Amino acid sequence: MDFSLKTYLNKTTDAAPLAVFRIGFGLMMCYGMIRYWLKGWIETIYIQPQFHFKYYGFEWVKTLGDYTYLLFLICGLSAFFVAIGYKYRLAIITFFISFTYIELMDKTTYLNHYYFISILSFLMIFLPANAIFSLDNYTAKISYKTIPKWTIDGIKLLLGIVYFYAGLAKINSDWLLKAQPLKIWLPSKYDLPLIGDTLMQQEWFYYAMSWTGMLYDLLIPFFLLYKRTRVAAFAMVVFFHVFTRILFPIGMFPFVMIVSALIFFDASFHHKIISKIKSLLAFTSAKAKKIDYKTVYKVRYSKLLLPMLGLFFVVQLVFPFRYLLYPGELFWTEEGYRLSWRVMLMEKMGNTTFKIKDGEGNSFLVNNSDFLTPLQEKQMSFQPDFILEYAHYLGNHFTKQGHKGVEVYAKSYVALNGRLSQLFIDESVDLYQEKESFKHKHWILPFTDEIKGL
Amino acid sequence: MKKLAYIFTLMLIVAACSGSDDSDNGSGSTPDNYNRAAMQTNLVDNIIIPRFQDLKTGLETLATVGNTFTATPNQANLDNLRAAFINTYKDWQLVEPFNIGQAEVLQYSFQMNVYPTTTADIEANIANGTYDLTAVGNNDAVGFPAVDYMLHGIAATDTEILNKYATSNYAAYLTDLIAQMNSLTQTVLTDWTTNYRAVFINSTSNTVSSAVNKFINDYIFYYEKGLRANKFGIPAGVFSTNPLADKAEAVYNGTISRDLSIIALDNVQNIFNGKATSTSPTGEGFYNYLIELDRADLATLINTRINDARQKIQVLNADLKTQVETDNTKMTEAYDALQLVVVSFKVDMLQAFNVSVDYVDADGD
Repeated sequence: MDFSLKTYLNKTTDAAPLAVFRIGFGLMMCYGMIRYWLKGWIETIYIQPQFHFKYYGFEWVKTLGDYTYLLFLICGLSAFFVAIGYKYRLAIITFFISFTYIELMDKTTYLNHYYFISILSFLMIFLPANAIFSLDNYTAKISYKTIPKWTIDGIKLLLGIVYFYAGLAKINSDWLLKAQPLKIWLPSKYDLPLIGDTLMQQEWFYYAMSWTGMLYDLLIPFFLLYKRTRVAAFAMVVFFHVFTRILFPIGMFPFVMIVSALIFFDASFHHKIISKIKSLLAFTSAKAKKIDYKTVYKVRYSKLLLPMLGLFFVVQLVFPFRYLLYPGELFWTEEGYRLSWRVMLMEKMGNTTFKIKDGEGNSFLVNNSDFLTPLQEKQMSFQPDFILEYAHYLGNHFTKQGHKGVEVYAKSYVALNGRLSQLFIDESVDLYQEKESFKHKHWILPFTDEIKGL
Repeated sequence: MKKLAYIFTLMLIVAACSGSDDSDNGSGSTPDNYNRAAMQTNLVDNIIIPRFQDLKTGLETLATVGNTFTATPNQANLDNLRAAFINTYKDWQLVEPFNIGQAEVLQYSFQMNVYPTTTADIEANIANGTYDLTAVGNNDAVGFPAVDYMLHGIAATDTEILNKYATSNYAAYLTDLIAQMNSLTQTVLTDWTTNYRAVFINSTSNTVSSAVNKFINDYIFYYEKGLRANKFGIPAGVFSTNPLADKAEAVYNGTISRDLSIIALDNVQNIFNGKATSTSPTGEGFYNYLIELDRADLATLINTRINDARQKIQVLNADLKTQVETDNTKMTEAYDALQLVVVSFKVDMLQAFNVSVDYVDADGD
């Protein structure tokens, strides 16, 4: 075992796929930052709100006001540097930090694929993605034709985890036996040309989509790995992601996954891409400067690095199962829901109002729009950790206003996957006295239905 | 492995292609694409436009009776004018939810029914003799609440009120107020009949700016803000440390605010059920839409909750200001019953319709 692991770690492979991955990743991230800017979201999501929802343990992450633009500029530029492979290590570290910082500023906009980008860019810090076809090769005059095989496999593994775990999460009775939430989402796409008032209105289609979606997520990593099915699998990747992009407002995610999946192809394919790019850019500099092509890139500090990356993947494999430590229905409490590849699983909406009581017997309701943006209010209304954080914000606010002995109570109704809404939070609990922690939140009322499955 | 791949591919192809040409031969499962154009047509032809026409007629009567009164300010004419005012105020309740089209452009409801009205602004306008009634700063000095003040509130007794109209330019202001309401309503109505009706019926896509989605959002917003908060929540003091009885509707008249709110609630329910009036049969509307989406549970629950709320309102004093001052608990009970309908609308109904909402502009995953 030990021997075979050693041989595996010493195996090498062509450096081209990782270089193409680096270019694709960098360009998409750079575009992603520009897109965010142009849509005005930096303003509406990070600058306008007077209050930001923080991840537990990351309350120290401050928003930067107008400097948020600078942060996005740095993030976008570093992504571009990653793409061209200029000062790659510095660029990818900068990207990882700036991107993650942006995400940590406000959890209202949490998306699985942002988390994916964060951990992927973390992994890429340790990969020789600039070994070939990068500007670093020209400045250092050294290039490497092959790199350790595990470096590319690491990315494949991460992609595989994302898909496979997303598939596992779909093995539940709502998804498979009730075709929820697709049964809610698909009929509302009635205005799509051709399929809108035909396919999108068929009961069987919701089930077909649910089941194929589950099977797709579970199996696609294996079909991509297996050479004989790879082309067909990639065609499915393209079809599936383009299709979901048409149906849902999921931004860049489909394209990130499509481009990422290219890494499963053989090196010869990536050499073709590289020569295509070279001919498009009319590359001549190869002649101008002589590059010393070496065969094998040696990873430095591998004694330290490899166990660390091993641990990283163990965490990735175990972390999504942390919900098992909590009582109650995961979809309802959302304790252990985020950061575990649960994608598009729920249609969940809520309406949560807060009552402030003070020591003098006064009480009144809060108008949420006085404190939150519509997007924040929407997200706050059905997620317990948001409700608690906001309750504390309100408690502090009214204490500061001069009220004494402030108590904060929430009246919350939440509807999940087409069930009638029901009370969500124990109205008799003063949330201002409850502390955020990794422990179960006892003030979440139990879910009155049952969802079976993983 | 290979076989699996073929099966999988086949499944996807089947899922992708086969549905496109068999929308009516799938045995058992009927396509449940709700006819939104029919709903929009019912709404506009049987509810929206007729209600605006009623209001316009009412306002024209109000102008005529008003002119008689200002020409001869006596008790009989004042009584007639007050009666016409009440009728027209009731008509108004039925169009307030339709903040779409020209109504939205003109900020129509802000010029028609912002209360409490600011009496100091009204008195200042009257004293100055010159004013721009369309100015945003005058939103709280025009419309029904201002007329309410002009007919009931400018003096303590009817004799004194009549004296004011005999001796100063109160008459001009009253006439201008009513003329302005007529003119605004005419603009909105004309746009509905000549232009916006067609837009409204044909704009049925599920996008942020489509008429069908805007209508749903406006309807819910009206219910939550215009009805639940303005008529009940704010005067009952649910959002403040103390009750604010003076913020009730029609406080100067002092006898109609409960009935106005019941008319408004009936109207909300009729729109939901696609009915022209409470006695009409159920037509194409949100109720049928929910039934079509297999959500009879919700459709029924919404009607039940509205009925419950109505019962809580019916036991209140005819004047909600008086109710707040005498027994505010009953007011907050009515508010709580109304709030449950907000939950059904905003959480359950919006989820069922899966409407693209106008305020959430960000990616999902």
